[in-house]
Amino acid sequence: MNGDASPIVRLMRALLIPVLALIMALLLGAVIMLVFGDDPVKAYRGLLYGAFGSGRGWATTVRKMAPFILTGLSVATAFKAGLFNIGAAGQFLMGTIFSVFVGINFQGLPVFIHLPLALLAGLLGGMLWGAIPGLLKVTTGAHEVITTIMLNYVASLFAGWTVYAGGSQGQTPGPLWDPTAGPISETPDVLPSAQLPWIFGPPYRVHWGIVLVLAVVVLIWWLLYRTTIGFEIRTVGQNLKASKYAGIRVNWTIVLTMILAGGLAGLAGGIETLGVNHKFAPEFSGSVGFDGITIALLGQTHPFGVVLAALLFGALDAGGAKMQFDSGVAADIIQVIQALILAFVAAPAIVRSIFRLKRTPEQVKPTVSTSWSGPG
Amino acid sequence: MSRKRVWKTSSIVSMVLAVGLVVMAILVNTTSLSQQTWLRVLFGVSALNFALRATVPLVLGALSGILCERSGIINIGIEGMMLAGAFAGFVVKVATNSWPLGMSLMAGVLAAVLIGGVMGLLHATLSIRYRMDQIISGTIIIILAAGFTAYLFDRDAVAEGKFVAMPIPGLSKIPVLGEVLFNNPPLTYLALILVVVLHVALFHTRWGLRTRACGEHPRAADTVGINVNRYRYMNTTLGGMMAGLAGGFLVLEAVGQFQEGMTAGRGFISLAAMIFGNWMPFGALGASALFGYTQALQNELLLAGVVNVPRHFISMLPYVVTIVAVSGFVGRVRPPAAEGKVYETESSA
Repeated sequence: MNGDASPIVRLMRALLIPVLALIMALLLGAVIMLVFGDDPVKAYRGLLYGAFGSGRGWATTVRKMAPFILTGLSVATAFKAGLFNIGAAGQFLMGTIFSVFVGINFQGLPVFIHLPLALLAGLLGGMLWGAIPGLLKVTTGAHEVITTIMLNYVASLFAGWTVYAGGSQGQTPGPLWDPTAGPISETPDVLPSAQLPWIFGPPYRVHWGIVLVLAVVVLIWWLLYRTTIGFEIRTVGQNLKASKYAGIRVNWTIVLTMILAGGLAGLAGGIETLGVNHKFAPEFSGSVGFDGITIALLGQTHPFGVVLAALLFGALDAGGAKMQFDSGVAADIIQVIQALILAFVAAPAIVRSIFRLKRTPEQVKPTVSTSWSGPG
Repeated sequence: MSRKRVWKTSSIVSMVLAVGLVVMAILVNTTSLSQQTWLRVLFGVSALNFALRATVPLVLGALSGILCERSGIINIGIEGMMLAGAFAGFVVKVATNSWPLGMSLMAGVLAAVLIGGVMGLLHATLSIRYRMDQIISGTIIIILAAGFTAYLFDRDAVAEGKFVAMPIPGLSKIPVLGEVLFNNPPLTYLALILVVVLHVALFHTRWGLRTRACGEHPRAADTVGINVNRYRYMNTTLGGMMAGLAGGFLVLEAVGQFQEGMTAGRGFISLAAMIFGNWMPFGALGASALFGYTQALQNELLLAGVVNVPRHFISMLPYVVTIVAVSGFVGRVRPPAAEGKVYETESSA
């Protein structure tokens, strides 16, 4: 339709709604803070300074980007096939556990074998956890929204068990628990041969994982837009019936997409563990799951858009602690702002009516399967 | 298999199961069978009481889902509406601690229901007026509720007192059954009554017929002069209120305090209960009871320590049962035909 528009014009168009959505969410966030007696100016200054005000701020922002990119990419890839993957949190955890398992075992392997093996294990853990809802959907019609959420809880309990320190009444400790940690439930550190090397060491702590992640982004972009599989994934997402008539193996594509999505989230878990934490303890998991959804939508489900959205989320995360410290505003307000961003991005009609924009023909709406019935 | 036949078979199966449960419960709790740990775990009064307590928020959540989806709006935001309701109930309870307990609790319930309604209205507005994908809109409700409640939660606040059991005279004296069914706090009774009310309303009133028409064939409903979107707004708001009540139950009747993320997936499990119950109020009650019973079983197994399995695996039980139930039944139940789709009148399209 807009074939003659130059790439720059197209890029500007694609960025317009997300940027306006961000501005509106920040403004509304400020209003909310005012209503509840917080100082938004101080809060946002702290946020900005914490994220970009110093070398360490930048380093934290970039470090936090890595898992956000991959979980966002996981959700975005599933969206492409019309699947709603709320299970990134569980897939992330399974990836973490698998990576840690390889990372703390196999003493004596050289780095160039041990590290890739540990990363692959993370990928595999996530793939496994993504395959289950995919298979359930095509064989029984169970909707992935419910199965992935339930699997999140199962994964969280499973992960908790693997590092369980055992109870005071002599319950058996989990298989990955570090006996030297005493009553604390955590794994030992992964061996140095399985750790991602630093680009900038402490105190900056930026590791090579971020470069790896960017390579994965390009790979996924290539897969989605330059290969037959990617074409099939996108066709299934846009029109299930038509893709069936066109001879696409719909069920296989759905399972494959869920495996891919799960693998991406699992790799996120692996990279985060091998790069930053170097071990697993249940309190590390955080809220990566729902963040992935917002990032995917804010990035308009495009791999490169996801990177930009993840930059924003990395900054929000990195600046949140500083904001709370400087201004006393609870960092939880950031989650409210994120929900607002999501609302404005997912309903461009609101943004357009406020800024009196004309409808641009290129807005691609993410399509989500919106009924509980099976894949048809 | 037709919808009706599936419904009949599953009704009969659940009737048989329910009768079996009652017989076993009476036997175990009145005879020497109570010496058997396993039987006590499965059928003891404490297990059944726990099951009913766990069922209430699930069935209210499922009724919320039925209200919305029967009119054509998918509501995966039940979890968030519940959480918001729980929080509002808590805040108002804390603010009115000095009032007489009953008044204060009622105020809490009212607040929970109201805020649930507001969340429902927001969901309806986003998905009808702004044509947002309903699943994404529901997700926004969930994140918004989680963020707001964490941001505003004052960890030092304490709610004083909660609803206590109100035995129903006469009935509560029935052995076993009376203890389990007729000796409960008020919101439990209310939830059970609401199941009946919604069933009658959906299938025996004009409102119900019109609601179902909006969910099945909005174009036809529109043709005969029903304002489809008005029904959807109304039902989604009512559904939000129902989910808010579930949250109110958690804070004001079950736990007595608010905890961050205290809904712990109940909103999602109630969605599964709605599906499993074939979008019928009594079906939802049966499914919720099944899920509630699994939660009770999990609890009793942990307490009794009869199985040598790590507690983490026992705790997986409710979630795994939910997956199995949804997987086994989705293909055989049928959601309202028009749900999830924006309805545009001829003139606006």
